[in-house]
Amino acid sequence: MEKSTVSLRGRNVLGLEDFSPEEIHLVLETAKEMKNIIHRDIKKVPTLRGKSIVTLFYEPSTRTRTSFELAGKYLGADVVNITSGTSSIVKGESLRDTLYTVEAMGVDAIVMRHKAEGAAEYASRIVSPVILNAGDGAHAHPSQGLLNLFTIQEHKGKLAGLKVAILGDVLHSRVARSDIYGMRKMGMEVHIAGPKTLLPRYLYEESGIFVHERIEDAIKDADVIEVLRIQLERMKGGLFPTTREYARIFGLNEARLALAKDDVLILHPGPMNKGWEISPFVAYGKNSAIQEEVQNGVAIRMALFTLVLTGGKQE
Amino acid sequence: MKVLLKGGRVMNPAVDFDETADVLIENGKVAKIAKDIPTDDADVYDVTGKLVTPGLIDLHVHFREPGQEAKEDFESGSKAAVAGGFTTVATMPNTNPVVDSAALVRSLKKRAEDVARCHVEIIGAVTKGQQGKELAELGDMVQAGAVAFSDDGHFDPTAKVLLNAYDYLHAFDKVIINHEEETSLVEEGVMNEGHRSAMLGMKGRPTVAEDIAVARDVLLAEYAGARVHVAHMSSARAVDIVRQAKKRGVRVTAEVTPQHLTMTDDCVNLYDSSTKINPPLRTQADCDALLAGLKDGTIDAIVTDHSPHAQEEKDREYMFAPSGFPGLETSLGVMLTDLYHAGKLDLKTLISKMTWEPAKVFKLDAGTLNVGSAADITVIDLDNEWVVDAKNFYTKGSHSPFIGRKFKGKAVMTFVDGKMMMRDGKVE
Repeated sequence: MEKSTVSLRGRNVLGLEDFSPEEIHLVLETAKEMKNIIHRDIKKVPTLRGKSIVTLFYEPSTRTRTSFELAGKYLGADVVNITSGTSSIVKGESLRDTLYTVEAMGVDAIVMRHKAEGAAEYASRIVSPVILNAGDGAHAHPSQGLLNLFTIQEHKGKLAGLKVAILGDVLHSRVARSDIYGMRKMGMEVHIAGPKTLLPRYLYEESGIFVHERIEDAIKDADVIEVLRIQLERMKGGLFPTTREYARIFGLNEARLALAKDDVLILHPGPMNKGWEISPFVAYGKNSAIQEEVQNGVAIRMALFTLVLTGGKQE
Repeated sequence: MKVLLKGGRVMNPAVDFDETADVLIENGKVAKIAKDIPTDDADVYDVTGKLVTPGLIDLHVHFREPGQEAKEDFESGSKAAVAGGFTTVATMPNTNPVVDSAALVRSLKKRAEDVARCHVEIIGAVTKGQQGKELAELGDMVQAGAVAFSDDGHFDPTAKVLLNAYDYLHAFDKVIINHEEETSLVEEGVMNEGHRSAMLGMKGRPTVAEDIAVARDVLLAEYAGARVHVAHMSSARAVDIVRQAKKRGVRVTAEVTPQHLTMTDDCVNLYDSSTKINPPLRTQADCDALLAGLKDGTIDAIVTDHSPHAQEEKDREYMFAPSGFPGLETSLGVMLTDLYHAGKLDLKTLISKMTWEPAKVFKLDAGTLNVGSAADITVIDLDNEWVVDAKNFYTKGSHSPFIGRKFKGKAVMTFVDGKMMMRDGKVE
């Protein structure tokens, strides 16, 4: 790893708006080393031996929770999962009291997912363990934003100057917000596109973000395209007419892909609705890094744990 | 029983009086205002250098009785009122049960008599249970003493119901106060829709929700010849709609809170729900338009929308926290510090909008220092510097975006019917 004066030790990971470009760089560099560990036959290092991590998930999740859990375990930490269906949360315990309970058991880090924007930051002001935000409403999903950057850098060898198109439901997407903050900090050009009902009305004010209502305009000459997940309840809420029409007008298919650069990289935070926002051809095609993102997610989370719990040093 | 307030700057906006004078209180009434009144047998208070005004009036408070006494009750709420310099408040009916019957109006008036430190006026619901469907027994509530009507907290969903209420109340000459936010546009919203909400990912409540609601309700009032009072205005466009309506002679009045005049959605963060209010904090352009509206007479009254909640209700995820915060003990401090001392609003307008003009909206016999009127009097130290600390609150609510703010200007004495109810922040 490069010599760095930047340290993330003890830092809460709440959103990429709090990260400097140097800090993002440090996470990405650390994740490179971590990815090597995942490729080992024996995936266990003692970096976090004696550390305990709780994942506290108030919303369903497969990949993110498992990814954090495995990341902690590969590093030798003890990891316990709490989900809303199987805990005192169903008895109506407040978030504050649940956090106090977890803190009292002596954990070092809490990985939290919650439907309310700001829940992770609220938690960070109540209890002392490091808080890692695994998604808070439509606000932020910083580890996803970081793993997207990591994946892009692996493929492109750089970040600055690349043109990224983010397609779909930006309004409700915490991933999109973490992307926008992270990508802008790393000098990328961010274009968002989708039906106007799924785009925040005032996002254009942020410098360096280009907003399009026709996805073709965003895709043109893009180096990277990230397709966001469409949620069926948005259709029921009247934000677009049908998934059929969405696929025809706003879905990423082979024809539209041709507008981008030949070596365009395709990302999707998952889970995908194939045939709606992305065609199977694109999802599994030669440009897709969607499966690779999952592995990179583990590496990024290992990097985050290492940096916030040890400062990157073996103890 | 005589009280003499000596040597203060006496301001009585109702008759445009602003001079150094003594105020003699006798038998709970203002007996005389003149220079150098002989002290003889009165209790004398030297208020030299202080401002003596009619007792402040707040047309919009939530005292949470009946049913939500963990948030506030008539005793704690009225103590907060006199602590903040208020002598008359009007309570909103969105309680549990909703105040939608004469029996409830009477029982609250009795509660006020028993425990309240100031005058408490009761606002009844417009519709049964504030459901926006059937008219509540408005006439019956008028006869029981309800001072006005409101489904505050809710926007009446159908124009027809509101039109019926306007027409039915016409004979009783009572005003309807409308909470103006078109429901379908604000259902999930927790803050102003703007760049800030876009970047925080929080659901927005757009300004246009208020604008179309105000437009509808003002046009309906014009059509019906009814009196309507627009609650807690927050939008520049809404101010303009009311301004134009007043020019046409529509019987519309309006109110604004100190928070909507002085704070913007930049104050909203992810972890502190004290800034969560409905309608939400908007933009600087809205603040500026509200202040202009206050100055040119479009907006009649400054109100607090005092909305205390229990600690555990408010101290949680922003999304799940209820809206509102207590304002009675900070209102005057905000207004004096951020508007008067900041050179944005003259003192006479400020005091008038907190006394005489709100009294006119509800046709209350209050808000003046005219000889013979009830001796509801507030003494204000314009230069008193203090820091807002929830530990000093009389309200049960402890969340406020003004916690920690340093203010200049404070009520130091509050007299209700000639009786001193607060002195130097201590409530009797």
